[in-house]
Amino acid sequence: MVNRECGVFFSTYAADMRLFPLPLTRWTMVGIAGLGFVVFPLVASDYFLNIANLVCIAAVGAIGLNLLVGYTGQISVGHGAFIAAGAYAGALVVTRAGLPFWIALPFGGLMAAVVGAFFGIPSLRIKGLYLAIATLAAQFIIEWLIIHIEWISGGAESTVTVPKAAIGPWVLDTLLEQYFLNLIVLSLAIVFAMNLVRSPIGRAFIAIRDRDVAAEVIGVNLFRYKLLAFAVSSFYAGVTGILYALYLGAANYEQFDIATSIDFLAMIIIGGLGSILGSVFGAFFITVLPMALRVAVDGAVTAALFLFPAANISHVVQSMTAVKLILFGGLIIVFLIVEPEGLNKLWRNIKDYFRVWPYSY
Amino acid sequence: MRFLLDELPFFLELLVSGLLIGMMYALVALGFVLIYKASQAINFAQGEFVMFGGFVVAASMRYHGLSLVLSLALGFGAMVVIGLLMERLVLRPLTGRGVIAIIMATIGLASILKGLLLLIWGPLSVNIPLPIREEPVEIFTLLVKLVAVVGAIISLVFLAGFSFLFLRSRLGIALRAVADNQTVAQLMGIDVRHYFALTWVTAGVVATIGGVMWGNMIGADVHTALIGLKVFPVVILGGLTSVPGAVLGGLIVGAVENLAAGYIDPFVGGGTKDFVPYILMILALMVRPYGFFGEQVIERV
Repeated sequence: MVNRECGVFFSTYAADMRLFPLPLTRWTMVGIAGLGFVVFPLVASDYFLNIANLVCIAAVGAIGLNLLVGYTGQISVGHGAFIAAGAYAGALVVTRAGLPFWIALPFGGLMAAVVGAFFGIPSLRIKGLYLAIATLAAQFIIEWLIIHIEWISGGAESTVTVPKAAIGPWVLDTLLEQYFLNLIVLSLAIVFAMNLVRSPIGRAFIAIRDRDVAAEVIGVNLFRYKLLAFAVSSFYAGVTGILYALYLGAANYEQFDIATSIDFLAMIIIGGLGSILGSVFGAFFITVLPMALRVAVDGAVTAALFLFPAANISHVVQSMTAVKLILFGGLIIVFLIVEPEGLNKLWRNIKDYFRVWPYSY
Repeated sequence: MRFLLDELPFFLELLVSGLLIGMMYALVALGFVLIYKASQAINFAQGEFVMFGGFVVAASMRYHGLSLVLSLALGFGAMVVIGLLMERLVLRPLTGRGVIAIIMATIGLASILKGLLLLIWGPLSVNIPLPIREEPVEIFTLLVKLVAVVGAIISLVFLAGFSFLFLRSRLGIALRAVADNQTVAQLMGIDVRHYFALTWVTAGVVATIGGVMWGNMIGADVHTALIGLKVFPVVILGGLTSVPGAVLGGLIVGAVENLAAGYIDPFVGGGTKDFVPYILMILALMVRPYGFFGEQVIERV
């Protein structure tokens, strides 16, 4: 998450692998945490709290997908299905067994991890496009199972209503309380991922990404680590699913269809493959984009109505979805071509610029 | 025995209509295979090509009152332009980048095409009137939709044409050379980019034909793009690099999904069609990771 600064070198491996390579980064982290936990909740209105909640939840899933795609190099187009698996598992534990949410969170994550590892098995024999399509199959198969097995979906609507998260008698039903829940989970997710990628496991993931045959030759057990990557990634997806279910009050498969999988892929592409901070940026970007677009269109419509009160604007509102689709696709392509390392690289460029400001290289 | 005989007409009807649909899957998959063969690029937007090409034809006929021939020309023209733009603006800058980048770029293209369609013509479904009789015809006591037969025949003609082109013509030899080894092909004086563009244009054109057939049978709208999701099991079953494989894959997927839908749907309440091809595909991947006709890639470090 914290990038290496240019011109900083270490003479021991231990120093090189530290979580906070410089004292400054530690203070930056404290600053960011302070902003997130103290300042933002104090100043934000409900509208922004809602956005922050959605961003936090999406960021957890994006980090998970980035661990799989960006760090291990295994493509998954089935992330939405793993989110659904976690959401339904967690929702059922809460509603049927009456367990509290803090048990449902890891339980749903584990269930998703099992499902994800199962669908990761083909990755041992196939890769690249074949793997992408196999995970696409996971998307359809899981969706079909959820809809058609009544024990899971609970009837025709396939919706499981979930009560709000509660710690004992304390129900987390305001946006602010949910924000703290989501932010804490996100923080844990970030810390875990940061530590994972600098551990031997993380290095094995990266070795597999860079050249799996070579990794195998130097002693990385492909079977183990590919499945582990799928499991960890799906665990994150599962946790995301339960957070969504708790936040929105229901688990519904329609929220986790193939479009969701593509949204998450777009997050990590736009945010930056192989970067945890980038995943958060990407989650923010993709979540806020439709909202920003809506605000912009509303503004334009208001202005147009003010200038031409008789104008018929119904088709403008209708074409919102269309514009969103075009913008979404266009942004993915533009980022791929212009800035393949995503928002994370832009952020690094800005930092590098100010590091030597006002003297450029 | 008696039961089997009673079941036979139903079974055959499902099988035949499945095979006819399968021929059209094969046609759509042909575009996918061509692109992959030539440039190792994966077109996740193949379904959107079908949707867009088909809809341009539909809209030209319904909204602008053009004749079928003119509309077809417009549809082909639109897909040629989109194919060329895609190759020039998106894929060329992405040359040499990983699989993920190209998959995501075509997903982006898919999203743009969907958005454009909605923006220009709106979400209404439009039927494409073809000069083909609507009522089903009877062939050997089986009732079959005529348009499906015509579609299958057109697909066959195209697939045979492409196979011939591949084997005999100068163009086909160049294409095969590009598919086999880009660098060597370039050294032999073949303009590789030219052929990449050609494959994208071809994919657009065959997709449009599929789109018109589909538009006639069930109406053209945004959901036509879902055909693209059928293409994946088809090409995986057949092996990504093989035209005959695409045909075989198409026939298998068409037949199996139709049979499964006919026999299983009544018990589970629908949706089997979208799901069975993928199960089949996963099973096939476990047995033959490179499909029936695909090339086995040998990796060297």
